[in-house]
Amino acid sequence: MVEKLTINVARIREDFPILKRQVNEKPLIYFDNAATSQKPNSVIDAIDRYYRGYNANIHRGIHKLAEEATLAYEEARENVKKFISAKRASEIVFTRNATEALNLVAYAWGRANVGKGDRIVLTIMEHHSNIVPWQILAQERGATVEFIKIDQNGELRQDEVKELIDDSTKIVCVTHASNVLGTINPVKDIGRLAHDSGALFLVDAAQSVPHMPVNVQDIDCDFAAFSGHKMLGPTGIGVLYGKTERLEGMPPFLGGGEMIREVHTSGASWKDLPYKFEAGTPNVSGAIGLGAAVDYLRNVGIDNVLEHEREITRYALGRMRRVEGLDIYGPMNVDQRVGVISFNLGDIHAHDLASILDEDGIAIRSGHHCAQPLMEFLQIPAASRASFYIYNTKEEVDVFIEALERARKIFAR
Amino acid sequence: MSSDIYKDIILDYYRNPRNFGDLPDADVRAKDSNPLCGDIIEMQLKIGDGKIDEIRFKGKGCAISQASASMLTELAKGKTLEQIKAMGKPDVLNLLGIDPGPTRIKCALLGLKVLKLAVYVHLGQTVTEEVKQLV
Repeated sequence: MVEKLTINVARIREDFPILKRQVNEKPLIYFDNAATSQKPNSVIDAIDRYYRGYNANIHRGIHKLAEEATLAYEEARENVKKFISAKRASEIVFTRNATEALNLVAYAWGRANVGKGDRIVLTIMEHHSNIVPWQILAQERGATVEFIKIDQNGELRQDEVKELIDDSTKIVCVTHASNVLGTINPVKDIGRLAHDSGALFLVDAAQSVPHMPVNVQDIDCDFAAFSGHKMLGPTGIGVLYGKTERLEGMPPFLGGGEMIREVHTSGASWKDLPYKFEAGTPNVSGAIGLGAAVDYLRNVGIDNVLEHEREITRYALGRMRRVEGLDIYGPMNVDQRVGVISFNLGDIHAHDLASILDEDGIAIRSGHHCAQPLMEFLQIPAASRASFYIYNTKEEVDVFIEALERARKIFAR
Repeated sequence: MSSDIYKDIILDYYRNPRNFGDLPDADVRAKDSNPLCGDIIEMQLKIGDGKIDEIRFKGKGCAISQASASMLTELAKGKTLEQIKAMGKPDVLNLLGIDPGPTRIKCALLGLKVLKLAVYVHLGQTVTEEVKQLV
């Protein structure tokens, strides 16, 4: 038996140059990973190597640089395919981010398949990016949007899952892991219910793919969307996974170069997958950077990433519970959540709290986290959020707890 | 326990806001919010002879937004409408005694924006771009 590698955080931290930085004369403690992650040298170097060594437009060039760039771009696609266990590389469509991937489905698939009286089922814990495109579609087509609510634990209500997914449902769109509550949703079960009702199933994997093993074939989702920048990759590159039969059945999203087979004055025909959905010069450096990020995560081992984050989250939850006046949202059982903890401290406004923590060099997020329907449901105007990644430590959590205590005392005066 | 931003004076105005509440016989009311963080400020003014005779504010939000609005009401009382129109960011920073930085400055300036909106509305004048861009 091969002994399981445990994560060496000290060594990992060496790979992230930004972690050496000081903020307000304090060592940076970066707890805003659900918004975007930091980047290791290998990702920065991969992008640098492309621009310095083989920058070229891809696919049509008959010269050495174009060949190398095309190869690197397609290698990145292959890498992503393996990482999420897709069947084929052609099922990986590069987009700008998860938001664009979700819009792609809502526009291209949605406009061809959703009509009057049809139902679109979402959950109350969706990010705006998995709400607004569907609302726009529903309004245009006379369809309805229904939201599965959550229980006191911050988990989806199973009675509502069963009740809301009916025969008129065309698609069910669920976040794999909530960017506010941290809840990991039972996507496999929900997908089965969706398919049993004849609906398609889409997973917003923006908060899961960076932090836990995700197997799209096992989940059996028709679509999945995620962003490169939340998983150690650069900004401006995201992924839409789609089952071959779904992508093939869809009209294109954007028209232009790269996505056509032939263009005549009388019309045009489309290229095969995935190029049909990649109009215009794509983000070549971004894809290469994402490929390097996937390499990094695979080297660490995505199981180890999950395990490390669970340990940090368990420790943080344990310490946060003992801070007077602190309300934590989402499941308290660490096995049911990713490393995202949203909270409020007494009546201190989330922005005031973030400012005080910033004085201590701690980066957290505060506000509505692009999830206003969830904030309304929880009846809170805003929340603070700490979110962890492979480079975070228990010592950082200790400093964070001290800062919370400092904030509490400042506002208790 | 100390903080560079949250000086005692700011916390004091946040906890015990001066001129908080309604002005039943107000001549003009104005309200605005900062969509970024949801801070809300409403100003109510009693105006006589081109001067602010009475002023009250109401609102919800972070300490910076509420404290600076409260401080501003004290400064504004007795000032002419022209003086209010001439006020700007330095006046607010002066009241707070700190520069809250580029992200939080919007919170600090919301009160000033609403005060100015009220003055422009009362005068029946078009609100300038400069005022609109305060927050």
